[in-house]
Amino acid sequence: MTTMRESRSVTGPMVVVSPSDPADPASHSHAGAQKKTASKPAERVTAIEMGARQREISVSEFFTKNRHLLGFDNPRKALLTCVKEAVDNALDACEEAGILPDVTVRLEVVPIDGVTPPASQATRFRVTVTDNGPGIVRQQIPRIFAKLLYGSKFHRLRMSRGQQGIGISAAGMYAQLTTGKPVRIISRIGPRAAAHFFEVQIDTKKNEPLVHESKQIEWDQPRGTQVTMEIEGRYQKGRASVDEWLEQTSIANPHAKLIYYTPEGEIKEYTRAYHELPPSPREIKPHPYGIEFGMFLKMVQETKSHTVVGFLASDFCRISPQLADQICRQAKISPEMKPRDLKGSAAETLYRTIQSTKIMAPPTNCLSPIGEKAILAGLYKQIKGEFYTAVTRPPAVYRGNPFVIEAGLAYGQRPDEHNKPEQPAAPRAEGEHEEDDVELARVIRYANRVPLLYQQSACATFKAVLGLSWKNYGVAQARGALPAGPMVIFVHMASVWVPFTSESKEAIADYDEIHKEITLALRECGRRLGIYLRRRERAASEYRRRNIFELYIEEVVEACNRLKGGTLPKEKLKKQLQTIAVSRTGGIKTDEVLGKTGEGPEGLPHSIIVTEGGAEGDVVVGTKLDGGGEEAGIGQSRDGHTDHGGGLASGSKSDGGKSGGIRPSWRQNQRERFTGEDEKNKTRKGERPSSRASNGAVRRSRKVTA
Amino acid sequence: MMTKTKKPTTVEKKLVGLADLVIQAAERSKDPTLQIPIRALSNVSFNERKGMIEMGDKKQARSFFNIGMAKKFMQTMLVADALAELQRADLTTSLREIYYRTKHTIRDSHENTFDTQDESDPIIEDLEVTLSALREELHVRAENAGSIVGPVVFGDDGDRVDCSKLGKGGYSVPSIVEPEYLEIRRCTADFVLLVEKGTQWNRLSEDKFWRRYNCILLTGNGQPPRGVRRLARRLHEEQGLPIYVLVDNDPWGYYIYSVVKQGSINLAFESQRMAIPKAKFMGLSSADPERYGLPRNVGIKLNDKDVARAKELMNYQWFKKPAWQAEIKRMLTSGLKYELDALANKDFQYLTKQYLPRKLREQDWLD
Repeated sequence: MTTMRESRSVTGPMVVVSPSDPADPASHSHAGAQKKTASKPAERVTAIEMGARQREISVSEFFTKNRHLLGFDNPRKALLTCVKEAVDNALDACEEAGILPDVTVRLEVVPIDGVTPPASQATRFRVTVTDNGPGIVRQQIPRIFAKLLYGSKFHRLRMSRGQQGIGISAAGMYAQLTTGKPVRIISRIGPRAAAHFFEVQIDTKKNEPLVHESKQIEWDQPRGTQVTMEIEGRYQKGRASVDEWLEQTSIANPHAKLIYYTPEGEIKEYTRAYHELPPSPREIKPHPYGIEFGMFLKMVQETKSHTVVGFLASDFCRISPQLADQICRQAKISPEMKPRDLKGSAAETLYRTIQSTKIMAPPTNCLSPIGEKAILAGLYKQIKGEFYTAVTRPPAVYRGNPFVIEAGLAYGQRPDEHNKPEQPAAPRAEGEHEEDDVELARVIRYANRVPLLYQQSACATFKAVLGLSWKNYGVAQARGALPAGPMVIFVHMASVWVPFTSESKEAIADYDEIHKEITLALRECGRRLGIYLRRRERAASEYRRRNIFELYIEEVVEACNRLKGGTLPKEKLKKQLQTIAVSRTGGIKTDEVLGKTGEGPEGLPHSIIVTEGGAEGDVVVGTKLDGGGEEAGIGQSRDGHTDHGGGLASGSKSDGGKSGGIRPSWRQNQRERFTGEDEKNKTRKGERPSSRASNGAVRRSRKVTA
Repeated sequence: MMTKTKKPTTVEKKLVGLADLVIQAAERSKDPTLQIPIRALSNVSFNERKGMIEMGDKKQARSFFNIGMAKKFMQTMLVADALAELQRADLTTSLREIYYRTKHTIRDSHENTFDTQDESDPIIEDLEVTLSALREELHVRAENAGSIVGPVVFGDDGDRVDCSKLGKGGYSVPSIVEPEYLEIRRCTADFVLLVEKGTQWNRLSEDKFWRRYNCILLTGNGQPPRGVRRLARRLHEEQGLPIYVLVDNDPWGYYIYSVVKQGSINLAFESQRMAIPKAKFMGLSSADPERYGLPRNVGIKLNDKDVARAKELMNYQWFKKPAWQAEIKRMLTSGLKYELDALANKDFQYLTKQYLPRKLREQDWLD
């Protein structure tokens, strides 16, 4: 990336002029000028001259010109990207340090010539993101914020939101480019340390930070980081807005508390609905299946091992010394050979042999899925519905990269809401009908807990949603369209390396393995929704039946009365007919099915059902399926409990339910505390830090009355 | 039939009987159920001796406590109530007015008793057959959708209507033509020509065809309404006039003829007083284009619906006569249908001056 030849068109006048055609009348007006050029031989550039112009391009310069690659295509998206990069960094830092994140996002309109335009008209914004994270040590601050491709996340295989170390510095560069203002940072690593204030910019030529200001200041926060950027942007609500992004972020990160000061002066608070940090993902070594040959050669050259066996066994995961030995023998390479001597065809043979050897799937403790209960909590908190369910799939692998797919569903309207608009019962005229609601489902997509807002149709998740026949689950779906209905479909992919279709991280590439996992997860969600809907439908149809009779009895009685000349004992006839109606519509049973006497989430695992009586189900209730930690690789047998309390028979067939056991029990009602380095190191195989529990604030019991 | 006393009429008694049925069922905790004769092909038979379609005795139950029928049951009671109201007030009304009279929004709901007239019309027919009361007896009238011209004199509400002195517009046939309403005072015509289309009736009336051939020209503007059919039947029965039917050459024309002749499937119970088994099919026959030299290019290609309908007709018992089978087959083979209007291709007055005279002269008709 650092040495890029400039394209020829910029290099110089390489124009080849064809001799003008006298027969072409259009060329006449230019004939004089053209003759002059044509008479001279075309100017040519020598290789030496060209060589003089060829020089290195810094990454920063490259991205200055190609900012759309990083999500700064237009002012509206740029505003979102800046918020996104800062919030992603904040959440990553907090989680890595074991801190429940409190993140504040403040968007302010910057006055131009002393006039503050309304937010919707404004073109300049100040973005401030503050977190309660671990802070950044003083020396690193300039480089983190003002040097592209600098960071901690690129070189390791571990799940995190950021991957490349471009984001925040690119945002800073965008600020510099559009407003000329430096990025301002305040950071403090602890109550005893001083808070540092920095103003930095990027030297785009060298891709090095330029420090404008550096001083110690007083800061009211004991710990954390605050970054402020002034950028050109546009604020517009609706689809793919900052508001939507933050809302979706809070769904997938129910453990985070987000406070958002909108540029219009509103304060939106997304509360913490889940009081456990996601388990800290661990770093893994690359899996041999995920390495391309070029990369393999590079690793061969760079390894610290002295033998090929040692190299294989120590630089890759899932290759034991025995297996390494076996591979060497199969490739007819001496196990004791120095890796550096491995060249040409021998290296290729070894690579091929590795690829054809059966190797256990990579460990999956590098992943940190959100978990069913947390997804439920997030959906329940943010989306108003009557039915929620969530599925976490067991880990799977694409190209040697482990990943986990999670899906969730929120369906319907809260009972108290869909009663309201019906109130004004205006009589309908001929030809008027109840408006058919053709609202389509909304798909919310996440990669490593980060919402994806753009390029929906290019995304594997969206394709999988379209590919599923939702009709099987009682949801209408037009051919090749999203399912119809008041529904939000949640899909999350957690992976050490999410395969995005572009650098701006907007859509997940459609690998077969990924597609399949998404489909399986959605199918399980759909199945549960189907059961729920069918039950609801059955009860409702009985209810409707009775309703219809009750509705018509009145009419029939009135008609009979008029026919009899108004002499009929109306009440008597009405009672008689009503008695017949009740006895013919399932009697009291119908009342029960209708939810007045409902109990539990109706045997649906990891689901919430909201009725007029309140929410039932798995809101933050401890799961019965503890165990079976995420440590279990794909080829491994699970050591977790397999009993599937209260689940549906078919529910235990699918693996969906089991991996829900990742969550520690919430029952340890302990004071929230920060897990330091020590605790993080202790956390290994199955030994979940159940102590990182909740502070016991908002929690719903099995049945909470609204 | 139309007693103007305050004593309840027979029809009114029958209507009140429906209320009694509901009350009695409720007394005994039974589901109130009406038995409605089925108005469909499955419940009609062709009486060959009488030459008309008769209704069978198959009935369908319409019960209140059946989710699929509850609304219809309720609607039936509402219509019955409205009809009883007409009886008591001694008024006649239209189908559409019945619809409006019975339409309201059910209390505490968004639901209307009727959403469109399409829902109330069949219920009136249901009641006609259930109570075996004629529509006239129910005081429901149809549109005045027919015209008559020719040497016939009617008495209508005490007025003398001489149909030979009504210019080319003629007399508009009322929907109720029972003797109490319409009296045939004098008739000197030799036959009745029932024309499907108003346009061709206008042609014949304008050309004073009736004067030259001493006939009555009658039209129902398409499928003739009850009034027109009943009047034709009365002219046939009381005045002994033969009836000739002139329709387009297509399956629908054939069916119009068959309704005039044998009665309709839907209202088979009315055949008794509507059907004219001796009516003749004058044209347009599928043999006419050749016989009268109509060019092929004035034909219209039969569409899929036409073909299906034609095949359906061939299966009706009353079209089983060999001449008719041949007639329909000929149309299917040619693949074309012809409108009466197509005769104008030869001459504007071809129908009056050539076609009909030749038909009458050659007695070229189908039975």
